[in-house]
Amino acid sequence: MQDNQKSDSTLQNEVAQLMVECLNLEVTAEQISPDTPLYGDGLGLDSIDILEISLTISKRYGLQLRSDGADNKEIFGSLRSLSAYIAAHRTL
Amino acid sequence: MTALPLLSHPHADCIVAFRADGAVTRQQFLSEVHQLASLLPDGQHLLNLCNDRYRFSVGLAAAILKNRISLLPPTQTPEVIRQIKQFAPDVFCLADSEQCAVDLPRLNYPDMAASSPEEISIPQINGSQLIAIVFTSGSTGIPMPHPKTWAGLVDSVQSEAGRLGTLDNATVIGTVPPQHMYGFESTVLMAWCNGFALSHAQPFFPADICDALSSAPSPRVLISSPLHLRTLLNAELAIPELAHVMSATAPLSEQLARDIEVRCNCPLTEIYGSTETGQIASRRPTQGPAWQLFPGIRWLIEKDSVFAEGLHIAPPVLMNDVIEPVADDLFLLHGRMADMINIAGKRHSLAGLNHLLNSLPGILDGVFYMPDETDDVTRIAAAVVAPGINAETLLAALREHLDPVFLPRPLLFVDALPRNSTGKLPRSALKALFQAHHPVWTVPPDHPALAGHFPGHPILPGVVLLDEALHRIAQMHGMTPDRYEISSVKFMSPARPGDRLLFQQTALPNGTMRFDITSGPRKIASGSIAPIP
Repeated sequence: MQDNQKSDSTLQNEVAQLMVECLNLEVTAEQISPDTPLYGDGLGLDSIDILEISLTISKRYGLQLRSDGADNKEIFGSLRSLSAYIAAHRTL
Repeated sequence: MTALPLLSHPHADCIVAFRADGAVTRQQFLSEVHQLASLLPDGQHLLNLCNDRYRFSVGLAAAILKNRISLLPPTQTPEVIRQIKQFAPDVFCLADSEQCAVDLPRLNYPDMAASSPEEISIPQINGSQLIAIVFTSGSTGIPMPHPKTWAGLVDSVQSEAGRLGTLDNATVIGTVPPQHMYGFESTVLMAWCNGFALSHAQPFFPADICDALSSAPSPRVLISSPLHLRTLLNAELAIPELAHVMSATAPLSEQLARDIEVRCNCPLTEIYGSTETGQIASRRPTQGPAWQLFPGIRWLIEKDSVFAEGLHIAPPVLMNDVIEPVADDLFLLHGRMADMINIAGKRHSLAGLNHLLNSLPGILDGVFYMPDETDDVTRIAAAVVAPGINAETLLAALREHLDPVFLPRPLLFVDALPRNSTGKLPRSALKALFQAHHPVWTVPPDHPALAGHFPGHPILPGVVLLDEALHRIAQMHGMTPDRYEISSVKFMSPARPGDRLLFQQTALPNGTMRFDITSGPRKIASGSIAPIP
């Protein structure tokens, strides 16, 4: 259980770091809390950002994001949900 | 004016669309159009919000049949919806998603019955019938209406199809929404008026685009934008066979155009137009930089202004781009007029953005700044003097009025804007302001301080880091660096060429500024800087 939690947060940190670098965000990875919404009021990402970050994620983790598979807004709801999606679908 | 048919598909069993459950014949489409038309409320104006392109097309056709006008605003923020309601108090929306949160009377897209066997004839539409009103965001904040007649739209999309060459029974797949002028013309009307079938899909991610392509038969035409095409190429997926790619919304670099043609093994045509004029020209970037006007369209040149005229364009429309006619119907594009901002195909007047910013409560002075554009999507920044409010409040207020792509990043809070003696804001001063505030600095591999420090193991000297931190803090307070001194500093790990350094400052209660420099998870240095008393 503890190991799971630890690997969750390791992946979350890694994804946060990817987002900060890919999108040139003006925060550090540590400042993105797992449950802050990525869209709109939270981190303020828009569809252009989502497209950019999806490309980085595809390459890093060997998965293809599809908007008709699971709900796009749900996957990109928060750092936690995005990391959970990656953990479930990654091939790399 | 003469009537023109809604569709150019010659037989009742011609395919007009592909949706999730397969092909839709002309007969079934027209049956569904009549079914929806009988459900339309009395209002004269319709906001068609269907996400599914097929349903959008049924909604559009039903509206045309019942002489309703489709409204196409640039975005759907609460403020724009209020303005649309003021423009047309009887407006209602047609939606196919439960999540539609637009505050308007709503007609849900209905379940449709199968068509009866009796052949339904193609509706003939009067050329002068008003089909749509497309809005641009005006320079004063009020959306500007641009009416579109049936004959005008048909002219445009027949010329467009002419530039595809001979393509029979093509399927049109779009990555751009039908609610904006380019997608409206190219992914719906062009299919209707040229006997093509449209794909219902609205693909977003590269894998979605490939799925949408493979579920539609050849020959396929992909209607897209530089942003979607660039990500599609970068995803390195197997792209299904294509007959033609079309791009619009922002200029493609010649290199990207060439890469697309090689990867997709088909021609790429770029479309030029605007919400005001519709599509008026095209080019094939790999065959030269010049654009060719559509037949019947001309330039009207008065002093420094260029107007488009001819065919459906009346009165002549002033172009927002710098246009250089080179021969008969050929011209070169030299960028946009300084006031026009284009972010991933969404346009806004810079004067309009500044007007909006300065009209918000709590803003004493404010300005938007568009950095020099590169091949990637360039974001707009803003600086404000607004002592009483924070970034969240300000962004929330802007979000009410603006499409999210125009929300500034960064948004700087400053003590004063760098206005010159005449009160103007020179672009160079704004550029310096934003550069100093950009918290990320990538150590240039050719930085002079790296030479000899140390041979074979280049490390940025600590003094360069301190100097950078000092300049940033001084600029934020509108001071020169010589008014500050370093009161403490700690170096934790070396900064190397190419490292992406993040500078963060915090004001401490005693008046000193703490700075932290990090590179990814690594702490590089931290310390404090105090004003010299």
